[in-house]
Amino acid sequence: MIDSVKSFLGWFFVTGDPMIYGADASIALVSIGIVAVLTYFKKWKWLWNEWLTTVDHKKIGIMYIIAALLMLFRGGMDALMMRAQLTLPNMHFLDAEHYNQVFTTHGTIMIIFVAMPFIFGLMNIAVPLQIGARDVAYPFLNALSFWLFFFGAMLFNLSFVIGGSPDAGWSSYAPYAGAEMNPGVGQNYYLIGVQISGIGSLATGINFLVTILKMRAPGMTLFKMPMFTWSILITSVIVVFAFPAFTVALALMTIDRLFGAHFFTIAAGGSPMLWANLFWFWGHPEVYIVLLPVFGIFSEVIATFAHKTLFGYAVMVWSMVAISVLSFITWLHHFFTMGNTAPVNAFFSISTMLIAIPTGVKIFNWLFTLNKGRIQFTTPMLWALAFIPNFTIGGVTGVMLAMAPADYQYHNSYFLVAHFHSTLIAGTVFGIFCGLHYWWPKMFGYMLDEVKGKWSFWIFMISFNICFMPMYFLGLMGMTRRMYTYPAGLGWTPINVVMSIGAAGMGIGFALMAYNIVWSAVRGKKDTTGDPWNGRTLEWATASPAAEYNFAHIPEIKSRDAFAAMKEARAAGHAETVPPYKAIHMPNNTGIPVIMSAFMFIAGFGFVFEWYWMGIPGLIGVVACMIARSFVYDDHHYIPVEKVKQTEAATGRLS
Amino acid sequence: MNGTQKQLKAGFPWKQVIGLILSLTLTFLALWIAVGLSLPVHVTIAIIVSLAIFQAFIQLFMFMHVTEGTEPVHQLMGILFGIYVAFTVVAGTLWILAYAL
Amino acid sequence: MTDATLSLHEKDRSQMPIEYSTEEGDLRIVGFWIFLAAELVLFGTLFGTYLVLQSHTAGGPTAKDLFEIGPVMAETIVLLVSSFTCGLSTIELRRHNKRGLIGWLLVTILLGLVFVGLEVNEFYTYAVHEGAPLSRSAFLSGFFVLLGTHGCHVSLGIVWIIGILLQLGKRGITPVTARKAFMAGLYWHFLDVVWIFIFTAVYLTGWVI
Ligand code: HEM
Ligand SMILES: [Cu+2]
Repeated sequence: MIDSVKSFLGWFFVTGDPMIYGADASIALVSIGIVAVLTYFKKWKWLWNEWLTTVDHKKIGIMYIIAALLMLFRGGMDALMMRAQLTLPNMHFLDAEHYNQVFTTHGTIMIIFVAMPFIFGLMNIAVPLQIGARDVAYPFLNALSFWLFFFGAMLFNLSFVIGGSPDAGWSSYAPYAGAEMNPGVGQNYYLIGVQISGIGSLATGINFLVTILKMRAPGMTLFKMPMFTWSILITSVIVVFAFPAFTVALALMTIDRLFGAHFFTIAAGGSPMLWANLFWFWGHPEVYIVLLPVFGIFSEVIATFAHKTLFGYAVMVWSMVAISVLSFITWLHHFFTMGNTAPVNAFFSISTMLIAIPTGVKIFNWLFTLNKGRIQFTTPMLWALAFIPNFTIGGVTGVMLAMAPADYQYHNSYFLVAHFHSTLIAGTVFGIFCGLHYWWPKMFGYMLDEVKGKWSFWIFMISFNICFMPMYFLGLMGMTRRMYTYPAGLGWTPINVVMSIGAAGMGIGFALMAYNIVWSAVRGKKDTTGDPWNGRTLEWATASPAAEYNFAHIPEIKSRDAFAAMKEARAAGHAETVPPYKAIHMPNNTGIPVIMSAFMFIAGFGFVFEWYWMGIPGLIGVVACMIARSFVYDDHHYIPVEKVKQTEAATGRLS
Repeated sequence: MNGTQKQLKAGFPWKQVIGLILSLTLTFLALWIAVGLSLPVHVTIAIIVSLAIFQAFIQLFMFMHVTEGTEPVHQLMGILFGIYVAFTVVAGTLWILAYAL
Repeated sequence: MTDATLSLHEKDRSQMPIEYSTEEGDLRIVGFWIFLAAELVLFGTLFGTYLVLQSHTAGGPTAKDLFEIGPVMAETIVLLVSSFTCGLSTIELRRHNKRGLIGWLLVTILLGLVFVGLEVNEFYTYAVHEGAPLSRSAFLSGFFVLLGTHGCHVSLGIVWIIGILLQLGKRGITPVTARKAFMAGLYWHFLDVVWIFIFTAVYLTGWVI
C-alpha cells in the first residue's frame, strides 16, 4: 500500500533534479505567501470584487500584462539556462532530455504565453479608448478569454513539477510528439494547455473585430482610426481565421495520443507531415499576430514623438490588409526541406517574398514620418527607433530563408534561430516594452522613470545585439538548432561565450526594467493631466487611469489624430458646447468566467493524465457555467449622473 | 418591444419551400451523377462539388439572411474571408501532400 | 434617457426585425456571423485532413466497403428538412408568433435527434459490426473525427435550442430571446451547409473513387 503510494507520487511529481525541488519549494512558498498576505490584509473580497470578477477592459488588460510579465520571467530563465549550458563545449549543466524540455517550454511560453497575452493586454488597454468606446463589444467574453488564457498557461506550467515537461519543441512535430515515441504526460500538457488558451484567443479575436467595426465613436470612419487600432483590426482578422486550424491540429494530435487515432502516426497510414502542414497553417499567420500590433504601437509612438502625423497612412493600412491576405499562403516556407515537389516550393518561395514587400513599405513610412520631425527621445521612442534597424536585419535574413534552395543550407541552423529572434525580440519584445512604457501612465496614473527606463533600454538593446548578431555566423559555421552540447575544436566556442554574455546582459536589462516598475510604483511622477506625452489619439483625452466608463461624453470625431485636432481647436479658442451628463449603461461584474475557466483547468488536468473521472466532470462544469450564463438576464447597471459628476470632478474635468 | 419594428405579414413561405425543393433536387442530382452515371472521376468530382457550392449558397441567401442587419457588409466580408481561408487550407493541404495521397 | 454605447444610428435599427432591435442584439449577431466564418476554417481543416487521409486505409475497409446509400440519404434528407423547418421558425419569429416559433423549433430539434440517432447507429455499425473503429486506419480516424465534430455540433445545437425554448416559454418573444432564437437558427443552417459538403466530399466522393 505504502509502496504503491510512493511509486505513484514518484511518478506524479517530477523528481530527481535539485532544480525541480527548488522550483517545488519556491512555488509552494510563493503560494503560501500570496494566501498569507491576502488573508492578513483582508484582501480576498477586494481581489474577488475588483479583479477576479471584473469585466472592465482596462483591468483585464492589466491582468494580461502582469501574467505575461511573469511568463516572460519564466521564459527568460529557460533562455538563460540554455545559454548557460551552451556557453562552453561538452557541458553537462543540463542533460539532453532536460535541454529538450527547456527549449520546448521556452519557445511555447514566449510565443503563446508572453507575446500574445502581452499584446492582448495592450490592446485591451488602448483600443476601446482610442475609438471612444465605453467597453469592448462583449465584456463577459473578454473576461472569459483572459481566464482561459490564464488557466491554460497555469496548466502548461504545472508540467514543470507535476508529471514532466513536454520536450518535442514548440512546434511539437510528429511523429516524435506522438504517443508511441513520447509516452507520458508532458506532450498532453502542451496540447491541452495551449488548446485552452487558444480558445480564449479566438474569442478575443472575434471580440475586438466586432468592437472596432461597430463601436467607434460617431464620425470615426475606418480611415480616421488610429494606426494601432487598425493594426488590431487586421490582427483580429488573422486570429479569427488562423486559430481554428490550430484548434483542429491540437485536437487531432490529442485524439491520436489519447484514443489511438492515426492522423500523424507512422503506422496505419498516418501522415506526420500533415502535422507540420496544419501547425504552420496557423503558425505563419501567428507570427503576424505578434508582429502587426507592434507595428501599430511603433506607428503611434513614432508619430507622437516626432510631433507629426503618420506618413503614408493609407499605404500603411493597405499594406496591412495585403499582409492579412498573404499571411495565409506562405506557410510552407517552414518546411521547404520536407521533400515537396518543385512547383510547391516555388509557389511558397514567391509568396513569401511577396509578403516581404508590404512589410518593407512600412519601414519607409516610419522613416519618412521621422524625416523633419521634432524628435523627442523618450524611452518609448528609443525602443521604437531601435526597432527599425534591428528588425530590418530580421526581415532581410527572412528573405534569405525564403529562397527554397538556399534554405537547405540555413534550415534548422542557428542562422534560423538568430533570424526569428531578430524579428521576435527586435519586433515583438521591443514593441511590447515600447507600448508598456508609453501606456503605463494611462494604466496606472504615474510614469515609469525615464532615467532607469533609458538605462534598461540601452543595456537590453546592446546585449541583444551581442547575443544574436554573432549567432548568424555561428549558424553559417554549422551549429544546428536544438543541439544540447557540442565538441571543442569546431571554432564555435568563442562565439558561444560572447552570446552567453549578451544573454546575461539582456537578463540584467530586464531586471532593471522590473526594478523600475517597482521603484516607480512608489516614487514615480504622477500623471495628473491624462496626457503626459502630448498624445495625438483619443486615449489621452481621458483621465489617467481612465474612469470606469472611459468617456463621460462619447466624443465626436472629425479627423485623424482626433485628440491632437481637439487640442488645436481648443488652443484656437473654439468653445465646445458640452451637453449635460446622462446615466451610463455598463455591464455587471460576473464570477462565471473565472469559475468556468477553473472547470476547464480541472478538465484539462484530467485529460492530461487520462483520468476521465476528472476530465468529464470538469467539462460538465464548463457546460453548466454556459447554461447558467444563458439564463442571466440582469447583466447591466446604470451609473447615475451624480456619480459621473463626482468622478469627473475628482479628476478636474467637470464640464 | 415597440410596434414600429418590421413585422412580417402572414403568407405562404415561398422562399423556404423553394429552398427546400432546390436542396433536395440538387442532393438527388448529385447522387445520381456520382452513383448513377459513370463519368470520369475528376469530371464527376468537379460537378458534385459545384452542386454542393450552389446548394450552400442557397442556404446562405434563402435561409440565413446573410444580407440583413444594420451593416451586412461586415458579415459578408467575414464569410468571404472564411471561404478564402477554408479553401486555402483544403486546396493547399491537398496540393502539398498530394504525392502522399 | 441613457447614453448609447454604440455609434450606430438608432433610425436604422427601428426599421429592422426584432432580433436587431437593440444594440446588443445587433452586436451579438454580427459576432456570431464572424464565429461561423471561423467555423468554416475549422471544418475546412478537417476536410483537408480527411481528403489527404482518405486513401490511407492501411489494408482496412475503404470508403466503398463501408458507406451505404440508404442510411446516408436518410441522414441527409432529415437534416435538409430540419433546416427548412428551422427557416420556418425564423419566419414565425418575425411574425412575433410565439406558438409558431416554439412549434417549429420543436420539430427542428426532433429532426435533429433523429439525425443524431441515425449517425450514432452508422458509427456503431462501422466500429462494432464492421470492425472499423477510428484506430483502425488513418482514413477512419479522419472519417470519425470529421463527422463526429459535425455530430457534436448538432447535439450542442439541440441542447442550445432546448435552453432557448425554456426561455421563450417563460419570457415570450423579447429582443433578447428573439436574438437567441435567430442565432440558433443561423447555427442550424450552417451545420446543414457543412453536411452538404460532408455528403459530397465524404460519401459521394467515396463512392466515386
Ligand atoms: C533573453 C532573450 C532570449 C534568449 C537568450 C533566447 C535564447 C534561445 C535559445 C538558446 C533557443 C534554443 C535554440 C536551440 O537550442 O535550438 C531559443 C529558442 C526559441 N526561442 Fe528564444 N531566446 C530569447 C527570447 C525569446 C523570445 C522573446 C521569443 C519569442 C517571443 C523566443 C522564441 C523562441 C522560440 C520560438 C524558440 C524555438 C524553440 C524550439 O526550438 O522549439 N525567444 N531561444
Ligand atoms: Cu512563416
